Amino acid sequence: MTKKKMVISQEVIVAIVLVALYLIFRLISSDFGKYTTFLSMMDISYYYVLMAIGVAFPLITGGVDLSIGTGMICYALAGGYLIRAYHCPTGLAILISVLFGVLIGLANGVLISVMGLPPFLATLCTCMITRGLGSVVTGSFAVPWPTAKQENGWFHSIFKITLENKTKLPLGLIWIILLMLIMQFVLAHTRFGRYTIAIGSNKEAAILSGINVKLYHVLVYVVSGLFAGLAAIAYAAVIKTVQPGTGAGMELDAIGGAIVGGVSASGGYGTIYGTVIGAYVIIFLKQGLPYIGFNANMQQIITGFVLIGAVTIDIIKRKVIK
Amino acid sequence: MGEVILQMKLIDKSFPGVHALDHVDFSLKRGEVHALMGENGAGKSTLMKVLTGIYTKDSGSIIFEGKEVEFHNTHHAQEAGIVIVHQELNMIGDLTVAQNIFIGREFKKGFMIDDRKMIEESKKLFNELHIDIDPRARMSDLTVGKQQMCEIAKAISHKAKVIIFDEPSAALTEKEIEDLFAIIRDLRKQNLGIIYISHRMDEIKVITDRVTVMRDGSYVGTLITNDCTKEDIINMMVGRVIYEEPKTHSMVPKDAPVVLKVEHLNAGKMVQDVSFELRKGEILGFSGLMGAGRTETARALFGADPKQGGSIYINGEKVTINSPEDAVRHGIGYLSEDRKRFGIVVQKTITENSTLAALENYMAGLFINKSAEKDVTVRYIRELDTKTPGPEQLVVNLSGGNQQKVVIAKWLVRNCDILIFDEPTRGIDVGAKNEIYKLMNRLASEGKSIIMISSEMTEILRMSDRIIVMCEGRKTGEIAIEEATQEAIMDKATRDIK
Repeated sequence: MTKKKMVISQEVIVAIVLVALYLIFRLISSDFGKYTTFLSMMDISYYYVLMAIGVAFPLITGGVDLSIGTGMICYALAGGYLIRAYHCPTGLAILISVLFGVLIGLANGVLISVMGLPPFLATLCTCMITRGLGSVVTGSFAVPWPTAKQENGWFHSIFKITLENKTKLPLGLIWIILLMLIMQFVLAHTRFGRYTIAIGSNKEAAILSGINVKLYHVLVYVVSGLFAGLAAIAYAAVIKTVQPGTGAGMELDAIGGAIVGGVSASGGYGTIYGTVIGAYVIIFLKQGLPYIGFNANMQQIITGFVLIGAVTIDIIKRKVIK
Repeated sequence: MGEVILQMKLIDKSFPGVHALDHVDFSLKRGEVHALMGENGAGKSTLMKVLTGIYTKDSGSIIFEGKEVEFHNTHHAQEAGIVIVHQELNMIGDLTVAQNIFIGREFKKGFMIDDRKMIEESKKLFNELHIDIDPRARMSDLTVGKQQMCEIAKAISHKAKVIIFDEPSAALTEKEIEDLFAIIRDLRKQNLGIIYISHRMDEIKVITDRVTVMRDGSYVGTLITNDCTKEDIINMMVGRVIYEEPKTHSMVPKDAPVVLKVEHLNAGKMVQDVSFELRKGEILGFSGLMGAGRTETARALFGADPKQGGSIYINGEKVTINSPEDAVRHGIGYLSEDRKRFGIVVQKTITENSTLAALENYMAGLFINKSAEKDVTVRYIRELDTKTPGPEQLVVNLSGGNQQKVVIAKWLVRNCDILIFDEPTRGIDVGAKNEIYKLMNRLASEGKSIIMISSEMTEILRMSDRIIVMCEGRKTGEIAIEEATQEAIMDKATRDIK
């Protein structure tokens, strides 16, 4: 080994920031500490965190996926519409929603890896397409998924269950942690993960090493699409009625979360647990700031500054290593 | 030496504007080290890229172990047993040494990559090669020389039958080169075919059995190393081209004023306490191994990278240079080694490129004064003898030498008196190379001051009035051209490396 690096990893810093934010909000606002607040914050968090986990992979390759926000809404609309209009079983609708995400991810991958479009442009196009597509499919009408009380609304209990004593448990958190561990494992210990890092670090070298870079580069976007599909289900479970034309901008919160969590904006480095912690920082800011008297606009501004801070740390880190 | 293992026949390859390979023949036997020589741009690397499937040949045939083959990518070539150690390092900085060595063919345990086994195998490999590197180290933390050793270890671990070394010694110290030669001799004993590309004549004499020479994309001939002299090889490489006479003494008048003085320049690890002076009309050569910090020094001086300290004086006056804009304002022009990325805008015309750095002088109000722009471009096309149908030609359609002239024109249009040439003849063919040399000498005699960074020893000795040698970010020597020899420079270039 050369010299031991004394730099504390960004993941640790962000975890501390997360805890600090929670304590500050609790200290200032008594409402923030309530269990119901916690429950609703968890509800909102699932789809953001799922999107963030997925988009971490394109980010680590030095790319980006802007289609996950409007994509998620589009997949949720499609699934909900199948249930409403064709009485499709909920399980099948969920499967189709997720597959829809995979398909759009595949399209992104092919555009970027095979046809050579810049990731920003390719996913901006699919972002617009999915936004329009959702409206076209549903005839511009809002689509409600079955509620928890309806018998085909069982999927709500994936994310939240009510015990006999009426206490509600945020079951979704367990799935999030599980998926985080799985995807972290995939990133650190499988070929797919290693090549994701390799593409982001030095694509030319990866090609010359005989890696099928085209294939793996496509897969990276498929994973991003898959998680946008999963996010669609989490979204449908929380937001009772899915509105066509929404979703734009949500991808930015997810991307911001990943970057805050230490994923390098220039590619080559990142962790999934960092991504999840970073996404929660963004959600805490989003949900918590109103409790201490900041309105939505202020909250956007503050989130912007937090992002600048995170990216600056990344740049300084790279310079120190150099 | 055994039977022929590899034969390339009448290989032809063209790129837009360049006939890179003109019906080239090459053959390699088992258990031989075969040197492939030629000046920059002679086509050596292109031939090897055709062999390993990075480029597709236009015509010709490759016969490997008695069968005609055509590789479509490096992976195919690797599987067949042909491996290349690239000149430019192809390592993934964010992964560890072991992860790099086994990339693309990781050991697996179920779904999982078996990192532990990869580390063990890397250790074994390094032990065999007597290299001391920790397989768990991050690649970007290693020195350039160590990275090169990893690349070699990676190539050997492929169970190759043919290994191509593309200028492996460019980044190595003498000790490391000795280690490399020991490895190569060992591989020769195991009956592998080895292709060795290098510019260094001494190495060729020491390590190789045969030499094939290329020039201007054509095959010139093959010699048995022991039966020929250095001069024979050089004559074949240079051919009809008559070079500028090497300098034997400085062309700078004794009383020439110092135009640029750099004191205690510091910028990151690669530039540590560098001081030097540049006189009017002087060509100051910067020599050193790859990664010695020469380009970094130039970039810091030019304001392209941040400095941590140091002062810069131009014509005796202290100046602040924090950005390329500052540098250009003080009359410094930088000609990057990577023209396509930093020097020119290839999809634009010669005119647009020529006035790019001085556009404010060619404005009429809000608009660009097209006729003034054209006049100055035509003037420099004539003065520099740029070969082009006209000023509206797109730069992408020019040859390397003429592209370089466009970059020179850009800085002359800007009235720069100090020009930094970073590898001025990289990727330029032999004939055009001499023209660039002549041009540089002429610019110097007209009072321009030139800093020339070059990795080619012959170029340094041919062009410089004075030579500064760097090693691992420090200036380790300053040699007057009268006393300069290849040995003296190499000695200083490897001084600091343990």
